[in-house]
Amino acid sequence: MALDKPYKDVPGTTIFDAEQSRLGYHLNQFCMSLMKAQNRIRFKADERAYLDEWPMGEEQKQAVLARDLNRCIAAGGNIYFLAKIGATDGKSFQQMAGSMTGMTEDEYRAMMVAGGRSAQGNRYVGEDGDAQAHRQPQGRAGQEGAV
Amino acid sequence: MASITASVYTSHVPAIGAAIDLGKTTEPYWQPLFKGYEFSRQWMQDNQPDVVFLVYNDHATAFSLEMIPTFAIGTAAEFQPADEGWGPRPVPRVIGHPELASHIAQSVIQDDFDLTIVNKMDVDHGLTVPLSLMCGQPEAWPCPVIPFAVNVVQYPAPSGKRCFDLGKAIARAIASFDAPLRVQIWGTGGMSHQLQGPRAGLINKEFDNNFLDRLIADPAGLARVPHIDYVREAGSEGIELVMWLIARGAMADVTGGAKPHLAHRFYHVPASNTAVGHLILESRS
Repeated sequence: MALDKPYKDVPGTTIFDAEQSRLGYHLNQFCMSLMKAQNRIRFKADERAYLDEWPMGEEQKQAVLARDLNRCIAAGGNIYFLAKIGATDGKSFQQMAGSMTGMTEDEYRAMMVAGGRSAQGNRYVGEDGDAQAHRQPQGRAGQEGAV
Repeated sequence: MASITASVYTSHVPAIGAAIDLGKTTEPYWQPLFKGYEFSRQWMQDNQPDVVFLVYNDHATAFSLEMIPTFAIGTAAEFQPADEGWGPRPVPRVIGHPELASHIAQSVIQDDFDLTIVNKMDVDHGLTVPLSLMCGQPEAWPCPVIPFAVNVVQYPAPSGKRCFDLGKAIARAIASFDAPLRVQIWGTGGMSHQLQGPRAGLINKEFDNNFLDRLIADPAGLARVPHIDYVREAGSEGIELVMWLIARGAMADVTGGAKPHLAHRFYHVPASNTAVGHLILESRS
C-alpha cells in the first residue's frame, strides 16, 4: 500500500521527503562540498568541470548552471543544501527565496516587510492565491508576461 | 538533584545572527525585533542557569545526507561555531556538559527514545542565534550548553506528540541527575516561514499566535496537530515548531506539577523570510 502524502496538494511547495532525497542525493552532496573554501574556488573556476565530477543527471547540472532553484528543487535539491550555492555566489537567503517567486529582490523584500505572503488561497492546489501555478511568475515579471 | 528552572522559545533566523555580528541591531529594519529581546537579555542575567539544554535543528551543516539522525544529543566537551558558507560566526565556542548530556542520553534511551550520541560536531546558526539573542555578545557564553539536534530537513520530522513525550523523558532524566544544577531547556526554530518554491515568503500570524496561546495553555492538545497542518498553514519550514514541544514537554505542569509563569511573550514579522516568536516560561514550585 502506498504511503499517504497529503502534502502533495500544497501549491508552490515541494516537500523534501525520502523520495526527493533519493532523487537529489548527489546534487545535494555536491552542494555540501561547497562548504570547503578550496572547492568553492574550483567550482567558480570551471563550474561545468566541477559538476562533471559528480554523478548527477544532466538536468540537475543544467539547473545548477542556470541558478534556477525551482528546477534544482524539482530535481531533488533541498533549500538548505542549495543555499551553499547561494553562499558561493554571495547571495543572502532572502535573495535565494525571492528568486523562486519570479519577483525582483525589491518586490520580494517589500512583500516580507508588509507582513509576508498570505496563506489565503495558497493552502490547496486549485485555489486562487498568488503561489498557484496559474499565477506565475509573480511581481512585475508576471504582469509584463500577461500583456 | 538537577531541576528545570525555565523554558525559553525563540526563532533562530540566520539573518538575525548576521545583523548582530555586523552591528545592525539599531537599524530601523531590525530595531523592533531586538527591542523584543531586551527584557530577555536582562532576564537571562537575573536568572542565570548552570546549563542550557538547547533543542535546535542543523541546517545541512554538521549533518549532510550521509547521515540523518532524528534526534542527536551532543555529549562533547565543546562545539565550534560552523562555517555555513559565509564563514563562521564570530561568536564564542560552545562549552558542553558531557556529564549531564551522557546521563540524559542513557536515561532517555532506556525510556524508549533512541537518541544518536554525537561526540564531535560543529554547531550552526540554529544553536548560536538563540544564544546571541538571549546573551548578547559576551566573550564567553554564560554557561555550558547541551546541543540537541532534531531532523526537520528531510521529511518526516518527528511528530509533535513524539517531541512532547520526549520532553517529558528529558525532564525525568534531568530530575535524576545527582547534582544541584539549574537547567533551562530551550526550544528554537519557526515560526511560520517557507524558503522554497513559488509559495516562498508565506507568513501566518493567526496560526503563529494561536500556536503561542496553545503552547502556554494547551500543550498536550497542540502536540496532536499533524505535520500537514504545519506545512499548509505555517509553510514548509514552519514545521520546525515541533521542536518547541520538546521544551514544553519538559515543564512540570504536563505531568501534574505547577503551571509555569509566563515571564515574556513577543512576536514580530519579518526577520528576512520568517516570523519571529519568543516566550519565556518560568517553573514554579
